[in-house]
Amino acid sequence: MDGLLHQIFSGIATGGIYAAVALALVMIYQSTHHVNFAQGEMAMFSTFIALTLIQAGLSYWLAFVATVAISFVLGALIQRVLLHPLANAPVLASVGVFIGLMLILNALAGWLFGTTLKTFPSPFGAGPAMGGYVSRHELGSTSVTLLVLISVWAFFRFTRLGLAMRAAAFNPASSRLVGIPVARMLALGWGLAAAIGAVAGMMVAPVVFLDPNMMAGVLLYAFAGALLGGITSPLGAVIGGFLVGIIENLAGAYVVGTELKLAVALVIIVAVLVLKPSGLFGRTVTSRV
Amino acid sequence: MTDPLLRVAGLHGGYGATKVLHGIDFAVDEGGVTTLLGANGAGKTTTLRAISGMIRTTGEIVFAGRPIARLPTEAIAAAGIAHVPDGRGTFSELTVEENLRLGAWRRRDDIRPDLERMFGYFPRLRQRLRQQAGTLSGGEQQMLAIARALLLRPKLLLLDEPSFGLAPLIVRDIFAILRTVIAQEGTSVLVVEQNASLALAIADRAYLLETGRIVLSGPAAEIGRDEAVRRSYLGY
Ligand SMILES: Nc1ncnc2c1ncn2[C@@H]1O[C@H](COP(=O)(O)OP(=O)(O)OP(=O)(O)O)[C@@H](O)[C@H]1O
Ligand SMILES: [Mg+2]
Repeated sequence: MDGLLHQIFSGIATGGIYAAVALALVMIYQSTHHVNFAQGEMAMFSTFIALTLIQAGLSYWLAFVATVAISFVLGALIQRVLLHPLANAPVLASVGVFIGLMLILNALAGWLFGTTLKTFPSPFGAGPAMGGYVSRHELGSTSVTLLVLISVWAFFRFTRLGLAMRAAAFNPASSRLVGIPVARMLALGWGLAAAIGAVAGMMVAPVVFLDPNMMAGVLLYAFAGALLGGITSPLGAVIGGFLVGIIENLAGAYVVGTELKLAVALVIIVAVLVLKPSGLFGRTVTSRV
Repeated sequence: MTDPLLRVAGLHGGYGATKVLHGIDFAVDEGGVTTLLGANGAGKTTTLRAISGMIRTTGEIVFAGRPIARLPTEAIAAAGIAHVPDGRGTFSELTVEENLRLGAWRRRDDIRPDLERMFGYFPRLRQRLRQQAGTLSGGEQQMLAIARALLLRPKLLLLDEPSFGLAPLIVRDIFAILRTVIAQEGTSVLVVEQNASLALAIADRAYLLETGRIVLSGPAAEIGRDEAVRRSYLGY
């Protein structure tokens, strides 16, 4: 029983990471209608920036905040420089950009920071917490991801800017007609997605070690989570991310073993696409014309 | 003669290589209702898109004394032109309330008094506030679109076929409300319609558009009596 509880708690911890990346995927999906395959590599790159800042002598939390800010700017720049000019191009063009960006960031990180595994510090420590069910890092990182997810939700739900960003992603033409500067909103959306990814990267790095391929598995799980919850539903994607974290951990411990854990993500992806492509919470709007 | 609120001169425009507007001239007077009539594909929607900066154009568009032809769409909206587009432009995924808040997005003042006035015109919107806008009926979406546009507090309201796709009874309702709204809000209106009799009934001035050219213009009552217009557009 203790073992099971332990697996569930650590599933929630990794699930928080997947949930954050899944949310970033959904945010970009809503404006581009494609999955940003580069989301993981963007997060990995951000984590390297954080490590560089820490090694340069910044305190952890200062480096954390600086990394989130830098990632936000870089994400917005990627939209302005790479995506914005493609606004009228066929949709497949953005897929090309995503894949190209993924490969470039991966290669660039290897070239700049090296390809060896690096340890990344946790600000929470490694010891046990909550009577031994979770580690201090798991507890801390879950709190951080939850805090991020709730803040992002509140931002979109309650602020004027958040409303405009949602409108711009769903319906750019109507948004312009009510006076929303759509291009700026889409860039902000990319910035926010990149910042969320950066947090996920910094939270997962102490567990999996940092190297240019650190986020490959995470992205796959996050994608599975986004699909499971519904790629059109931010809340669904977050719940899906947590579910995938728990399923993955349980399956790894009791069913397939750690070596085959990644297959769980593929099974979920295929199962969702076959059984319920809109996911658990996906949108089924009956829009009348 | 005072300057008109909107003056369009020598307007050309289209989609890529397809030219749709071939040098259009017309004006919308302050405080009045102007209608642009024309058959299917005449270029009515394209003209409104040109005014809102949604397509590339050449020629002059002067609004409230200010050239707006080079402005981006969002700046034109901010300058005071609200546009209920072809297809109504509903934010289907968002709630009715969010749609209304988006209409007033440019404003920083308290919009509650205006919202209350909109609920006065369109009581059904109040009942549907929390509902996803995409689930509204066509008529309700048209009401929502008009309310959304008015919440910008525009000097000029562009309406693209408010009757489109609606049952005759609903159309009658909407035009009746529209008449009240126009009288009470004091907004100048440019309305585009295929349904000429409806449009002529609420308009002061009318222009007739044929394949991208203005072929007739005058007071709405006069245009309504024109022999050719009656035969081709009014059907009697
Ligand atoms: N997005 C577009 N891309 C290319 N051509 C277009 C586009 N929209 C309209 N057209 C073409 O431009 C011409 C004028 O269309 P427009 O929509 O302005 O006509 P309309 O007068 O509004 O007609 P309707 O009464 O059917 O709405 C038509 O020949 C149409 O096929
Ligand atoms: Mg039209």
